[in-house]
Order: sequence, then structure tokens, then C-alpha cells
Amino acid sequence: MILSLARASLVRHRTRTLLAVIGVAISAAMLLDMVMLASGMRVSFRSLLLSQGFQIRLAPRGTLPFDTDATIPGASSIIARLEARADVLAVSPVLGAQLHVERGGASVSAAALGTLAAVQGDYKVLTGRAPTGDGEAAVNDALLAAVGARIGDTLRVAAGFDPQLRGYTGQRTIRIVGRVHFTYLAAGERALALPLAVLQAMEGPSQADRVSLMMVRLRDGAAVEAARQAIDREIPEVSAISTASAIEQVEQRLSYFRQLAFILGTVSLAVGFLLVTTLVTVSVNERLGEIAVLRAIGVRRIRIVEQILIEGTVIMLGGAVAGLGLGLLTARYLNSILAAFPGLPEAIDFFLFQPRDAWVALGLLAACGILAGVYPAWHGASRPIAGTLREEAVA
Amino acid sequence: MTENGVLISARDLTRDYAMSGSVVHAIRGVSLDVRAGEYLAIVGPSGCGKSTLLNLLGAIDAPSSGIVMVGGKNITGLSDREATLFRLRTIGFVFQRFYLMPVLTATENVELPMSEAGLEKVARRQRARELLAYVGLAERGRHRPTELSGGEQQRVAIARALANRPALLLADEPTGELDAHTGAEVIGLFDRVNRDGTTLIVVTHDEDLARAARRVVHMRDGVIVDEQHR
Repeated sequence: MILSLARASLVRHRTRTLLAVIGVAISAAMLLDMVMLASGMRVSFRSLLLSQGFQIRLAPRGTLPFDTDATIPGASSIIARLEARADVLAVSPVLGAQLHVERGGASVSAAALGTLAAVQGDYKVLTGRAPTGDGEAAVNDALLAAVGARIGDTLRVAAGFDPQLRGYTGQRTIRIVGRVHFTYLAAGERALALPLAVLQAMEGPSQADRVSLMMVRLRDGAAVEAARQAIDREIPEVSAISTASAIEQVEQRLSYFRQLAFILGTVSLAVGFLLVTTLVTVSVNERLGEIAVLRAIGVRRIRIVEQILIEGTVIMLGGAVAGLGLGLLTARYLNSILAAFPGLPEAIDFFLFQPRDAWVALGLLAACGILAGVYPAWHGASRPIAGTLREEAVA
Repeated sequence: MTENGVLISARDLTRDYAMSGSVVHAIRGVSLDVRAGEYLAIVGPSGCGKSTLLNLLGAIDAPSSGIVMVGGKNITGLSDREATLFRLRTIGFVFQRFYLMPVLTATENVELPMSEAGLEKVARRQRARELLAYVGLAERGRHRPTELSGGEQQRVAIARALANRPALLLADEPTGELDAHTGAEVIGLFDRVNRDGTTLIVVTHDEDLARAARRVVHMRDGVIVDEQHR
């Protein structure tokens, strides 16, 4: 009977209830988005780092991978030392550079990664194959589109431009042998992969036997942190960064995102709370006479409170469920905007949906719905019966 | 009920209200005995304390001093929970403005006190139908209060008041919102309820309703000034 009364009270003012549910839905959508934002980057970044199976990354001492133009000297010696370790399965060296690419009348710049095809973890071959020979390259769609090329075509590439000689340096003619997708590059960024030795040679003596980064894959069961510490200690040229510490460092850099998410999430929760409190208070104040009569005929105070709490909770949960869908839609839209953020890998999601997030948002909203009704419910149910009826009669 | 048949025994009741910085003495030392099965009308000018006295007898208000015994039980010291339970089991209320739940049907309104008392749905639905038939509204059970006339609403309210078979029915100006014809129907219904064994106390300005009672108590300025037995 109390459930019937609660349902009927909500239905009695359909428009008001609907507007409240919509208000809560917007608030819930924002809350869900903020919960997703708070954990999305961390989770997707972690998943990105682990996707290629490398647990440790080595950057020039004191830097983060590709954070500066610094490179690691004596790469082949370091690789040999690493490969000699019992817990290391593979080492993938990477040299990053910026190249000029020409074909026909088109001339563009593109990111170039020099890798060892057999152990590389930077790209996935979509069609064709990975470059292994001296005059070979694999190219992504953005670069293919920019120069109007396809697999089998040749490109003129150069490592730099000498203004005194007014000519390109480190020029090569290469043939496209594969179409690839670069895992860590931003969407739309033009890029090509070359054999490591080719890119080192193109860059000249300054980059001989140098790499920007080494990715280390450990054997199954190896202790990652112990290996990281040992490498960091034994090889002074590098800073060894495990996936966990990389995530930690990224988290530190992106902590403002979490703070923003926390503040906006709290605000949206507070807005939802106040909205339901206001609505329930108005609803209770309209029904003070009814409540007094219910009390007079023997309905217990707790039953009145239950009824009002049910009303608040139904509004909050109704809004939360609608807000879930709305939140996912807005998250998708916002993700598409933020994905164009310069320098961020295409695979990074700002808003990553996880069922846990939905449950957290739903739980918070349900708790708010209950709490929002507590004061007006108790206030309404605790008013003196005779006095309230007298005031109603006078009114 | 006590050995001598007294259902209600009120002694030296006072009820004071603080209002705008001053104290209003709504009831000033009222003592009253009501025997089981009586039909009592409390009459008097507006503001004389009739409704306040009724509220004290029905445990929806507490006296400033004095005691009210109902069925030998002192109800002035009850906790909120005990008073609620007492009202549920012992008292039926009928109000001037009916105060039916607008979102419930007539049948559901009658079922409400029975639901609170824990009666099973089938049993309370059956009793609600019987009560609606008793008040002449057997065919109106599915209607909401807004679809009923004032007289019909008051009869539903009377059926609701009788739902848990109360020993005492308290009615505050039950014909106050009704025209003469429907008022007369309600008066007739009260007479029948009383004859069927329910003790009835009505507060009224309605001379016809007061005339129907077997005992009339006159109040003025918070005290009982006269009493008539018929």
C-alpha cells in the first residue's frame, strides 16, 4: 500500500516528476562521464603500454620515452648486455626522427621510426609486410594519403635540409612494402617505419649506434620491478621505466584531469541531490494534510518516511538509468573531440566505460536519492498531527 | 472498557498553545466520562475548544495537564509509536474535509488502515467491499475521491474509520462540507454505526447532527458549560 501511495504520488504530478528525472539524468550523465574520465586515461594508457607485451622501457637517463630529442648512446652494446640477462626475452630498440618525404609534386614531413622488424612493438602491419631491407619502408594511411602513394610505390626521403648547401641531407629512395598502423602515434599523424640501421645512417654520425628508446620484454614469471631496478642500476645511460611506474608518471602529469573529474562529479552529484531534495520537499509540503491524516488513522511515522524515501529514490534511479545512456553518448562525443588532442596516441580513451564506473555512479546516485529524501520525509512525518490539520483547515 | 462501562475518562484536561508570544488556553480543566456505546455530540461556538478536546481524546494531541483514560489505559503518556498503534487499533477518525488519499480508489482508501494493521490483502479487500456496501457505496469502490460527490467521499471516510473495528469513532464537523440532503444521509449512517455498537463522539455546529446524538455536551471558552441527555 505504501508502494502504491509512492507510485501514485509520483504519477499525480507527471510533468514535475518527468522534469525532475530529466534533471537528475543530466546530473547522472555528467557524474558518469566524470567517473569515466577519472579512470579512463589510466586504464587505456595501461592497456596501451601492455598491449605489445613489453614490460620495461629504457629512455635516455633522466627522461621519459620520446619526451625529448635525447638518444641513448652505445645502443648495440646495451642491447647485448640486456639480451645476456636471464630474465630478458627480447629487446626492441627504436630511433625516432622527423623526415621529409617527397613523391611527385608532394612534399611533406613525417615521423619516422627505425626499428628491428623481428622484435618491434610500435606498429601493426595491415597489408604487405614489415620493412627489412635497405631501401624499404612501411607507411601509415595518413602518409599514403598525403603523398598519394600505395604499396609498391617509391618515395624520396631525407633526414634534414642543409641551408648552406641548399639541399637535403641523408637522402634515400625507398620502396613502400607495407601499410601499417602505429600504436603509439596520434590520429592523423603521418609516419613511416624503416629498418633501424637505415634510419641511423640517414641521420648521420650524430645518431650512429644511438636509439631513442628500448622496449624490453621479460620472460614469463620474471619479477618486473626487480629487473627494472637492476637495469636502472647497471646501465647508467638509461632510465628504466616499468609499465607501473610509467602509468604513475603519466598519472602525476594528468592529475589535473582527475581533480577536474572529481570536482565536476561532486558538483553534479550535489546538483542531483539538491534537485531531489527540493522536489521531495515541495511534494511533502503539498501533502502535509494528507500525511497528518495518515498519521491520525494510525500509519506509523516510519511508513510515511519510507514512502517519501521511495519517491526520492525512484526519481534518482530513474534519472540515473536515463543518465547512463546520456552519459555514454556524451562520453563518446567528448572522446572524439579529445582524441584530436596533439601528441596523444590514437588508442588513448579519455572516457573509458567500465561496468564498475556505472555501478559507482548508480550507487552514489541511489545513496543521494535516499539521503535527499531523509530530511523532508522526517520533517513531514514528525509534524504535530492536530496542529497540521488545524493549519490545513485554516488554509 | 472499565467495570462500570466507562470507555473514556478525561480528568482536568488543559491544553495551552503558545501563539505570537502569548498563551492561548484552548481547554481549561475539562473532565468528561463517555460510556461504551454512547453517541455524544460536543457543540459550542467556534474556537471554544471542541476540536481540541476531540484531538486529546483521540491521542492526536497531548494535553498540557490532566489525563485521558481510554478503556482503562492512560493515553496521555504514550510515546509516538504507542499512540499511533493505539489510534490504529482503537480509534476511527472522520474529518470535516474527508481527507481521502486522492491517488487511491475508494476501496484502497478503506484498505489503508487495514494494510497498516497487517491484514492480508484478500481479507482487507473483502472487508473494504463489505464496508463500502455498509455505507451504501458498493458500486463505487473503483472510483477515486475526485470522482465522488462530497457525501460519497464522507461515507468512504466513515468506512475507512471503521476498517479496523474501532471501539471509538471520533468525527470533527463531519457534515460541515455537505449540503442538507447529504448531511442527513451521513447523520443516518452515524446513527446506524452507533446502533451497531460503536461509541461515537462528534464535534459539530450542525443542529440536526447534535439532535441525533443521545448526549450533548456544550462548551464555551475551553470549558464544559452544559450537558443534555436524551
